[in-house]
Amino acid sequence: MRRAVIAFTAFLGGLVFLLAGPAHAGPAECQGLKGTLKLQGQPVNGVKIAVTTEGGQPVKEVATNAQGAWDVQVDKPGKYKVTLDVSSLPQNAEVRGGTNVRTLTVYEGNCSAVLFALQPKGAPGQQQNASAEESPFWTQFAQLTFEGINLGLIIALAALGLSLVYGTTGLTNFAHGELVTLGAILAYAFNVGMGLHLIPAAVIAVIVAAALGYAQDRFFWGQLRRRGTGTIAMMIISIGVALFLRYVFLLFFGGQNEAFAQYTAQPGVQIGPISAAPKNFVAMAVELVVLIVVGVALLRTRTGKAARAVADNPALAASSGINVDRVIRIIWTLGGGVAALAGVMLGLSQNLKYTMGQDILLLIFAGVTLGGLGTAFGALVGSIVVGLFIQVSTLWVPPELKSVGALAVLIIVLLVRPQGILGRRERIG
Amino acid sequence: MDWITIISTTLKSAVGVETVLYGLAAIGINIHFGYTGLLNFGQAAFMGVAGYGLAVTVAVMNLPFWLGILVGLGAAVLLAVLLGIPTLQLRADYLAIVTIAAAEIVRLIFRSVAFKDVFGGSDGQRGFSDGFYALNPFPEGDYGFNLGPVPIFFNHRLLWVLLVGWLLIAVCCGIVYLLMKSPWGRVLKAIREDEDAVRSLGKNVFSYKMQSLVLGGVIGCLGGFVYGLAFASVQPDIFGTETTFYCYTIVILGGAARVLGPVIGSMIFWVLLVLVYGVLSEAVAAGYIPFMTSIQVGPVRYILVGLGLILLLVFRPQGIFGDKREIAIDAR
Repeated sequence: MRRAVIAFTAFLGGLVFLLAGPAHAGPAECQGLKGTLKLQGQPVNGVKIAVTTEGGQPVKEVATNAQGAWDVQVDKPGKYKVTLDVSSLPQNAEVRGGTNVRTLTVYEGNCSAVLFALQPKGAPGQQQNASAEESPFWTQFAQLTFEGINLGLIIALAALGLSLVYGTTGLTNFAHGELVTLGAILAYAFNVGMGLHLIPAAVIAVIVAAALGYAQDRFFWGQLRRRGTGTIAMMIISIGVALFLRYVFLLFFGGQNEAFAQYTAQPGVQIGPISAAPKNFVAMAVELVVLIVVGVALLRTRTGKAARAVADNPALAASSGINVDRVIRIIWTLGGGVAALAGVMLGLSQNLKYTMGQDILLLIFAGVTLGGLGTAFGALVGSIVVGLFIQVSTLWVPPELKSVGALAVLIIVLLVRPQGILGRRERIG
Repeated sequence: MDWITIISTTLKSAVGVETVLYGLAAIGINIHFGYTGLLNFGQAAFMGVAGYGLAVTVAVMNLPFWLGILVGLGAAVLLAVLLGIPTLQLRADYLAIVTIAAAEIVRLIFRSVAFKDVFGGSDGQRGFSDGFYALNPFPEGDYGFNLGPVPIFFNHRLLWVLLVGWLLIAVCCGIVYLLMKSPWGRVLKAIREDEDAVRSLGKNVFSYKMQSLVLGGVIGCLGGFVYGLAFASVQPDIFGTETTFYCYTIVILGGAARVLGPVIGSMIFWVLLVLVYGVLSEAVAAGYIPFMTSIQVGPVRYILVGLGLILLLVFRPQGIFGDKREIAIDAR
């Protein structure tokens, strides 16, 4: 344990220096067309792009932003025609190949990328070779690595509570994804509903969610434990809780995608090979700080040590004078709050939806299992590995299948090393 | 409020297509969870590979209907073996996580654009059920009777699907009844109670679990066929994790480790869902519930499913017919 903890702390310390990354995290809900315009690696701003249906009905006209990116969401899947307004291109640029019209098919729930390759006027295919042909792989790799770390940190926040609850009570909580959604929706309610700025709204949401986590254990799971409900029964009960909460969210929040009132469309900045909106840097910093604080608290404080002792062996911990119920309650409070924070961060980097927690739940499980079920630090390491794997694998697999890779790795890990990276052999039983 | 329509749809749902297909899937879950104590959370994937096996064989490759059924069954067996090898030696909750992950993998591949030529993306596949309806012995028309003022009629296509479906349920229940009375079934139940004891008696626990997984998966996959044939199409999102969870609710409602438990459970589950939906949407439309809109009626019934599952497990884990001593809800 000690060695693992030191390794993990070093790992987190290293991460501080790598603090960056945009957040197209997770299985984002998106249906439409998007693309990025770059000239010799530099984003091209203000180019007009018109999207029409196949029959010529105009859908929307947009201009590229500071990152050269544009996107158009459409209501219905089908064929769409994308026209790039050549007159809005910079003086020195032209579309390679000459055609400025593309016809693409949009699938339900998928964003299709539209490719317009730009080149400097009068130098067909020559100049960009120097910068574009060698570096794109590594530029892309760096970009995806940072996106992966960002996603991994969000998963890690959510995984922390899940893993600690599993370690102390043996409950595999299928309703944990809904705690993530809860945080996002609470923050949305305070932010958009009550008109608070997002930052105080997020703080209040995390506090409320932590209180609800406490209440959940005090009035529900704790009572079940007292009744002597078996762990499998509790697992299936948690599925019931997940269904219940998910549809309560649908009832009150609706089935549509929403965004917070602030920080939605931030212009990006370029740092080295990585381009990201400033909010992502801040989000990652907050996530890292929270993870480090929780990690240090687990190692240094009396409660933290007690928590690890309970996770290790509840009966032994109880007999050595630790109040197991109190520790579990603290873990539920902490887990609820941290999961809510993960939800806010997830909502910041993609849209809010009532299924956002459900969509990320299996990735949380993958992270927790990879790191070792029941170990706090294993969950963090595993989650970051999963986040990295998901994003970097899009270099080779279609983005829509990126979660498949992560879940496949989960199964393979269970074949080879079922106790996970930091778990111990005896745990798997 | 139109009570005649509500009562009619509710009564029809007691034997309807959903009842049949969820009943079949739940019989499979009952073999896994009720008798063997395996937490298979990937039943939707078994239904999915069967439905898509049939659809792709017939609609894409233009092969005969019966071959499609064979491909679907083969796919279900293959999936069971592939799932079982890495996980059956692990503890129950690991099996749960792996099977749910595998089911998601299967669903994501079915709906991916990369394989759209084969599986049809999120639109799925259609146009593969003609071979089945060509066998329909009922001439065109509506069949049924009037129960007092309440009409209960099915058209000839639906009647054919329901006849085949209920025959399948009868056959499956018969198989389960006979198997669980046999020495083989007693070994399964013994594995549920204490795996190590069974192992110490010289039984190959892994092999028995694998047989249980394959058998339950194949019975569950019949539900996938029924879905595909009844609606003449398959879509990937039908086979999501919630489908599996509804099957678990059905098994627990009816009573796990009981031959008829899943069937009765499925009937009660769908009757309740349809009744609640019918009454609520009529009441909202008539303005009796002013604080709800008609869109909000859909979520309410699934909130009730979640609540029902929680209350069942807390207060009556054996369901309606089950025996509390026979429920595998304690981790080992």
